[in-house]
Amino acid sequence: MNTLTTNKLPKNPRQQPGRPPVARKRNALSKGHLPRWALPGIAVGSLILGAAGSTLGGFSVVTFAIYTAIIFVVASSTITTLVEGARRGKNALATHLVYAAFLLALIPLASVLYTVLEKGLPGINTHFLFHSMNGITGATDNASVEDGTPVLGGAYHAVIGTLLITLWSSLISVPVGMLTAIYLVEYGKNGPLARGITFFVDVMTGIPSIVAGLFATALFAVLMGPTARMGIVAAVALSVLMIPTVVRSTEEMLKIVPNELREAAYALGVRKWRTIAKVVIPTAISGIASGVTLAIARVIGETAPILVTAGLANNINVNVFGNWMATLPTFIYYQILTPTSPTNVDPSIQRAWAAALLLIVMVMVLNLGARLIASLFAPKKGR
Amino acid sequence: MSKRIDVKDLNVYYTNFLAVEDVNIEIEAKSVTAFIGPSGCGKSTFLRTLNRMHEVIPGGRVEGEVLLDGDNLYESGVDPVTVRSQIGMVFQRPNPFPTMSIKDNVLAGVKLNNKKISRSDADALVEKSLRGANLWNEVKDRLDKPGSGLSGGQQQRLCIARTIAVKPQVILMDEPCSALDPISTLAIEDLINELKNEFTVVIVTHNMQQAARVSDKTAFFNIAGTGKPGKLIEYAETATIFSNPGVKATEDYVSGRFG
Ligand SMILES: Nc1ncnc2c1ncn2[C@@H]1O[C@H](COP(=O)(O)OP(=O)(O)OP(=O)(O)O)[C@@H](O)[C@H]1O
Ligand SMILES: [Mg+2]
Repeated sequence: MNTLTTNKLPKNPRQQPGRPPVARKRNALSKGHLPRWALPGIAVGSLILGAAGSTLGGFSVVTFAIYTAIIFVVASSTITTLVEGARRGKNALATHLVYAAFLLALIPLASVLYTVLEKGLPGINTHFLFHSMNGITGATDNASVEDGTPVLGGAYHAVIGTLLITLWSSLISVPVGMLTAIYLVEYGKNGPLARGITFFVDVMTGIPSIVAGLFATALFAVLMGPTARMGIVAAVALSVLMIPTVVRSTEEMLKIVPNELREAAYALGVRKWRTIAKVVIPTAISGIASGVTLAIARVIGETAPILVTAGLANNINVNVFGNWMATLPTFIYYQILTPTSPTNVDPSIQRAWAAALLLIVMVMVLNLGARLIASLFAPKKGR
Repeated sequence: MSKRIDVKDLNVYYTNFLAVEDVNIEIEAKSVTAFIGPSGCGKSTFLRTLNRMHEVIPGGRVEGEVLLDGDNLYESGVDPVTVRSQIGMVFQRPNPFPTMSIKDNVLAGVKLNNKKISRSDADALVEKSLRGANLWNEVKDRLDKPGSGLSGGQQQRLCIARTIAVKPQVILMDEPCSALDPISTLAIEDLINELKNEFTVVIVTHNMQQAARVSDKTAFFNIAGTGKPGKLIEYAETATIFSNPGVKATEDYVSGRFG
């Protein structure tokens, strides 16, 4: 490498104006340095080479991207090694590999978003948002396809169903989960009961969602007869899936609240439960809120447990304690699998994609909401 | 507004490990008492038994009596919460509540206990406590800002303000200056001198000069070896401990010839 340290230094950019440029001795501490345009240059070069390489075997975006990435990573790290030394070369290699991994992980996400937007947006309109499938039959779809009129029928009932069922399952699982976590961290002292609970929470984490659905159906069958299908049954099934996530995340958050804060409160003559309610939980609330949101996001897209617990409905039902209910996932499932009009499936497919878009938007709004809550409650910093 | 403490035959355990053995000590009301001794000899452990904070640690238990003006803290039926509201504590590391403003930190003892307090009373209490902790002038313009935005020394004085706001009889301090610069340390030493007019103060310190400067009486704790329990070796007027101690070990320790 030492032969290369004689590389010409780039002009000192901080040279003061007015001072005559003196012939300056090379800084003994510095090595060769790539000029600023080098990396973009290498990137452009690898783009061209990548394009050329992929046309050889029939151009496709995938091979183009892969060739470009490989050429860029190899070229940039080699050139950096040659000019700036082995350590910087390794650094460049690692950095660019990390970027490549990041982009790779982003591709499916971007592609999903793009597809859902492309196929879902045409179906989104006020009619779709505020009407149910009540009275929409194969004949309606056939008519709208033949006459070229807008597709009728919407997902309003499914949106209502999703919101209500998720709300009720959160109402059940957030208190249960948080209280369990509080017991485990603040009172359990790692005793036999606490260890038992932890074990069963771990087991619960692994329950397949359809089993949770069957459990809820069986439970309500015992309580109310074998045909009990309604929103609350689905909510119970989803809570079985949510509770372990809520317990786990709340537990982690409570554990990182420093003990000093608890002791400070005790030393002021504050009771233990008040200390937990007013010092420990507020300190951890932002983490708990995002944990709960993740738990909700996990169950909001569940299909199987809903089908076996709440059935499917075409009309609006706001009563979780009676009659069948639809949610967005079951709506999508049925629109795709059994199109309303078997001969003209396009309206059903359009409705399914629009509902998928709605579902993604709901999860995103939920995440943003959690961030908002988190930042509102976060321990305040600064002066 | 201040009470004396008498400790009789106190043994302190962590589960089965005897950490402090057979302490007898009388602490006068409205005085400053310093605990000194080598690291690990049980000063913090013993201090925490004086307001029943020791039992917060899993396995922590105590044998013997601690009398606050004659009432045994460890009698069955005594609520540790009552004890702690009469005997406050300031910790080694400043620990203001991060979710609360400066003002709420001072009012924490009141607010966390859901006691009703009128706005004007609250403001008066905040000002009085912050003045009592020599912090008022530095923070009076930003009472609504978070307590964690203060410097370490200011945070420690905020913790002292928070402690005196609940009007305890006794204030325990575990190395309150060990994380502070000399100027903040002096501020807190001055403060201790003032607190003595109203409260009984017990302070643990590693700093001999500090013990000599602030305390009326000094207790020297020592430990025979690792795994052995800590013991109270000598307890006397501070001047006696530093100039004319009765025990060889004390003399070695205060003169720096320890070990
Ligand atoms: N939570 C604990 N569990 C078990 N043993 C402990 C615990 N805390 C302290 N000890 C032990 O009790 C003894 C006394 O510790 P303590 O913290 O009271 O010493 P100290 O005099 O305050 O020391 P320092 O001056 O370093 O703060 C030590 O042997 C220590 O290892
Ligand atoms: Mg200590």
